[in-house]
Amino acid sequence: MNNILKATCLFILLCVTQLAYAQTEVTRKQPEMADLMRSNGKIYVVVATLAIILAGIFGYLIWIDKKIKG
Amino acid sequence: MKNWWKILTVFLLFYTLFMGFLGKAPRLEIVNESIRNLYFHVPMWFGMTLILLVSSIFAIRYLRSRNPTDDLYAVESANVGILFGILGLVTGMLWAQFTWGTFWHGDPKQNASAIGLLIYLAYSVLRSSLKDEQQRATISSVYNIFAYATLIPLLFILPRLTSSMHPGNGGNPGFNSYDLDSNMRLVFYPAVIGWTLLGWWLVTLRVRLRQLTLA
Repeated sequence: MNNILKATCLFILLCVTQLAYAQTEVTRKQPEMADLMRSNGKIYVVVATLAIILAGIFGYLIWIDKKIKG
Repeated sequence: MKNWWKILTVFLLFYTLFMGFLGKAPRLEIVNESIRNLYFHVPMWFGMTLILLVSSIFAIRYLRSRNPTDDLYAVESANVGILFGILGLVTGMLWAQFTWGTFWHGDPKQNASAIGLLIYLAYSVLRSSLKDEQQRATISSVYNIFAYATLIPLLFILPRLTSSMHPGNGGNPGFNSYDLDSNMRLVFYPAVIGWTLLGWWLVTLRVRLRQLTLA
């Protein structure tokens, strides 16, 4: 009789733990991304900088390509 | 028009730049925005693997044809392959510092890629130590073939057999599981092609330059 009582109490207590969720969907934090850079448009500065660098490197490459008779 | 692939290279790399920064990327912990490194760091290694494959193919061709041009393509492909490998290694170390906590912590893929690079640097040393042209070309061609045959297990098999931090290795989920909506794939595949073509452009320029200085 004692064992059944213990088992029942254990079972009820275990069921109760399922209700103990302190964190909701809203409070769970999303991974940080560059949302600020996007919202204030600064991301375009990064893109433009690298575009200039890439254009410069390609310009140099094409100049060398033309120079070397192939 | 015979330079169509050069125009494609320029287009693909500008596409990679714009979509790389402005396109959608999954929101993940630890890597955050640096997941976009996928379009720059990883293509260095893909490019290296492809260009070194070409190098070993030219090495095989030389052994059959004894044509010095084949040997020239083999060595210049290896040189550009080494360049891409060094760039891949350095960019990887930078990425590791900010995501894994240290520049180098003995990750199997990091170690294997360093060993692979050393093997190819030894190829350069070997070449410079041989005076006779034919001998240099023959011996280094054989070394080249063995070097590539060693590189593949080092980079792609060994890291998967043990514990590694790299995606797709050592029990970690691969790239597929991050890019389930295929947003990254749209940029990643063109990036690999673009960077590899750029490497090949560099090889052809180096070969032409060598041919001019030798003539």
